[in-house]
Amino acid sequence: MPGTAFTLEALKRILLEGAGASEDVDLDGDILDTDFEALGYESLALLETGGRIEREFGIALDDSALTVARTPRALIEVVNAHLSTTPAA
Amino acid sequence: MAVRSDARVVVTGLGIAAPNGLGSAGYWDATRRGVHGIGRIARFDPASYPATLAGEIDGFAAEELLPGRLIPQTDRVTRLALVSTDWAFEDAGVRPEEFPEFDMGVVTASSSGGFEFGQGELQNLWSRGGAYVSAYQSFAWFYAVNSGQISIRNGMRGPSGVVVSDQAGGLDAVAQARRQIRKGTRLVVSGGMDASICPWGWVGLLASRRLSTSTDPARAYLPFDGAAHGHVPGEGGALLVLEDLDSARERGAPQVYGEIAGYGATFDPAPGTGREPGLRKAIEVALDDAGLAPGDIDVVFADGAAVPELDRVEAEAIGKVFGPRGVPVTVPKAMTGRLCSGAAALDLATACLAMRDGVIPPTPHVTPADTYDLDLVGARPRTAQVRAALVLARGYGGFNSAVVVRACDR
Repeated sequence: MPGTAFTLEALKRILLEGAGASEDVDLDGDILDTDFEALGYESLALLETGGRIEREFGIALDDSALTVARTPRALIEVVNAHLSTTPAA
Repeated sequence: MAVRSDARVVVTGLGIAAPNGLGSAGYWDATRRGVHGIGRIARFDPASYPATLAGEIDGFAAEELLPGRLIPQTDRVTRLALVSTDWAFEDAGVRPEEFPEFDMGVVTASSSGGFEFGQGELQNLWSRGGAYVSAYQSFAWFYAVNSGQISIRNGMRGPSGVVVSDQAGGLDAVAQARRQIRKGTRLVVSGGMDASICPWGWVGLLASRRLSTSTDPARAYLPFDGAAHGHVPGEGGALLVLEDLDSARERGAPQVYGEIAGYGATFDPAPGTGREPGLRKAIEVALDDAGLAPGDIDVVFADGAAVPELDRVEAEAIGKVFGPRGVPVTVPKAMTGRLCSGAAALDLATACLAMRDGVIPPTPHVTPADTYDLDLVGARPRTAQVRAALVLARGYGGFNSAVVVRACDR
């Protein structure tokens, strides 16, 4: 889906599909600035999430993107920056 | 805790998942009544395969029993292992969070790891490309995955590992757990679980050429019967809480099922050498290790391959040690199918329950061939005081293992 924006809703859906959700965390709460680790997602969960974002949105994230972007807000910004520079298919 | 090579290692908790019962109470109730769990494979359409029967576990609702984070990263076998471990801890009255994490280890056996998960990811790789393979494939398929996930979920960071020796693994793992406890680890979760009833797993099992192609669930797996013609595979197994006896007493364990009193393992000589298979020696080593004589054993849980040549080898080994019809022999796995690494762990758990209740479970549907000269416990369970049981297991390729479990006065 090149050309569309990557939203928090899309991120939540992809997190749930790829890695599930911790019972202690309400993904529908105010999570934009919560560390992924505090949301219950370790590095492998983020690797899986990144892979799913890449194939769904037709982009290629840098290897470091997922380790640098520690919160949903940061990851959404990284993905949207890619989307704005990737020509529509 | 200091190294004590003579420390007594006991079973204090049982977690069972079997085709004829989920949880030790349900399994034991079915098993002592001779209720089997073998049927036509339901998890995939087996019509195009030569063997179509298996022992499948029904009604296992992993999503209700495990955290949501664990579901996308686990194969069915790991879910069964995690839930069975929860049950074993509950049975043992152990809350792992109350133990120092380095005082607890995990040693399980595995024959195939997470086959169904691996099949799905191979299908993704093959049909859609590498980008579609789950990051969790990195460990979800792996032999050690059950030990690893049990360790992570319960905060157990002591000596841990996995043993891969097919059916013998269920006993080999328990023996390794006993070594670790004797070296000073207070508690080890051990046993085995396998569940690879999926097309990829099925093809692997078929390659052994030991599967029964019968379509009659009551006539398909007949160990020691003159009509034996291979076995039915099943899924499941058992996880056991093992502890140092003193430590179990100290914390007031609700029960001590029995002591892992003896262990012996051998490997068969190369085919064609004419030398005796290793099973008899494994039995003798286990008895010697337990300090028991053959007459002290009240029941033998046999491997029960249901391949005529292998049945003969096992009957001869039992006969040489115990004499003709010298000890009751039972094969409750005739009710579940052979569970790979889960089989002997389940037999060990069953032996614990037999000791507790004074009941030897039956071997349904089997009429033993006279030539074997075995006192096979037939279709009806037998009431008997069981103070010591011998569990036998053989793994494909030549593994022989034997464990003596003995009642433990408190």
